[in-house]
Amino acid sequence: MYCLGIEGTAWNFSVAVVDEKDVIVLVNEPYIPREGGIHPREASQHHAEKVKDVLTKVFSKVSPEKIDLISFSQGPGMGPCLRIAATVARVLALKLGLPLVGVNHCLAHLEVGRWKTGAKNPVTLYVSGGNTQVIARRGNRYRVFGETLDIGVGNALDKLARYMGLKHPGGPKIEKLAEKGKKFYKLPYSVKGMDLSFSGLVTAAQKLYDSGISKEDVAYSFQETAFAMLTEVTERAMAYLNIDEALLVGGVGANKRLQEMLKIMCEERGARFYAPPKELMVDNGAMIAYLGLLMYKHGYETSIEESAIKPDFRIDEVEILWD
Amino acid sequence: MGLNEENELEKVYIGGEAIVKIYRDRVEKIRKKKKYRIDELDEAIRKYRTKHEAKILSIARKAGVPTPIVLDVREDTIIMEKIEGTPLKDIINKSLSRKVGELVAKLHDANIIHGDITPLNLILKDNKIYFVDFGLSFIEDRIEPKGVDIHVYFESLKASFDNWKELKEAFIDGYKKYKKWKEVLERVKEIEGRGRYIERKEKKSFNVSSL
Repeated sequence: MYCLGIEGTAWNFSVAVVDEKDVIVLVNEPYIPREGGIHPREASQHHAEKVKDVLTKVFSKVSPEKIDLISFSQGPGMGPCLRIAATVARVLALKLGLPLVGVNHCLAHLEVGRWKTGAKNPVTLYVSGGNTQVIARRGNRYRVFGETLDIGVGNALDKLARYMGLKHPGGPKIEKLAEKGKKFYKLPYSVKGMDLSFSGLVTAAQKLYDSGISKEDVAYSFQETAFAMLTEVTERAMAYLNIDEALLVGGVGANKRLQEMLKIMCEERGARFYAPPKELMVDNGAMIAYLGLLMYKHGYETSIEESAIKPDFRIDEVEILWD
Repeated sequence: MGLNEENELEKVYIGGEAIVKIYRDRVEKIRKKKKYRIDELDEAIRKYRTKHEAKILSIARKAGVPTPIVLDVREDTIIMEKIEGTPLKDIINKSLSRKVGELVAKLHDANIIHGDITPLNLILKDNKIYFVDFGLSFIEDRIEPKGVDIHVYFESLKASFDNWKELKEAFIDGYKKYKKWKEVLERVKEIEGRGRYIERKEKKSFNVSSL
């Protein structure tokens, strides 16, 4: 069965086709702001402009007649961006006469991670621009055991990068700089139970930079602090739930130092660490297609009337009907 | 005290953050080095938390909440009195849950957020309820963390006891000794309504077609 999935919650307009075994085609059109961070309306205009190109590329690999199902990211995300993805999905479903499934973007990250790594019942650390959550399954729901109380860690990295004059996306640039950092400066380490906070950390790091400390050392100190916080809450959830698998998903998960820290933590507790390949870690259409396929096979279908976007869609709203 | 006599060791609990060793006559809580953190950060965190937890244990006692006496604090280790009693999880009833409410009222009045109130962390000894684990505690005067604190307790009741509703009501009765009880309990209700805590939605998000 072929499912075409459309992702458009924020910076990436991405369409993919998957079957039960693998990703058949994946086409990305990332929005890169000329300056500053992601502007929702500009991003949605970018997505709208790229629809034709992206679909043409996808259909050159898999012809429309072969598609059995359409899925799209219904939320959470930026309203204007979500609307583009939802509109494209509805049009394709009606035009091709195919069933439609609206999926939760966070759940898609998690399930594509399990699909491609073989993790069975992990504690998942989901880290991206807008989201930072520690998630595990309990019965028929995924539950959020810990999360950021203010901004996502990716957003925090971007803010710091912008402040130091680096262009969006800031995460990879901070990672490069941090590799050359030598001296660690103390920054606020904010873990409350299994919850986290990053905004104080950003402000303190900005002040550090203002005081004349090199970009490299600021980046290094920031990463070491923020990622230790993330690793700690992941470990706490693992200890609390008695789970011996950790799965890392979301765009910030591409960071090698974060991967390394989680790996060391898992080794120390005799647990296994999993991370999907980078192209499936960042926002992408393949994860939307895969989750659409999985949900459809378990009885889910979204009528046009129910296909309105859900900007605040939470992962625990979805009943999990599969293993 | 023969601190190195391993044969006195009765039990070891390995948590996410610390190892708790229970000896015949004392309890040791050790925050071991985490290799994933760089040394400077790791040492600072472990030292700070150890000192901080020892301090909160004594602030709580001064506020009228029974806690184990701290016998010694080292860099990464707290050695404390062993409370030999019965964990509340085995014996909880309405009157004990009301007593927990009264004690949490005292903690919150002193702006101590416990962070992990469950019948597992509470021990009854000589008719007194001891709060033994302040590993996740902090000092805060805002309503929100106090609401979360109580919410954690309610969730733990719900997960383990069929009569959780009356235990919850009894707790609320006791908690009314705290002057801001109304505000806090209103916040608890709001927290319960937030997405992350919803176990089951009345309305399905999707259509389930007949398979």
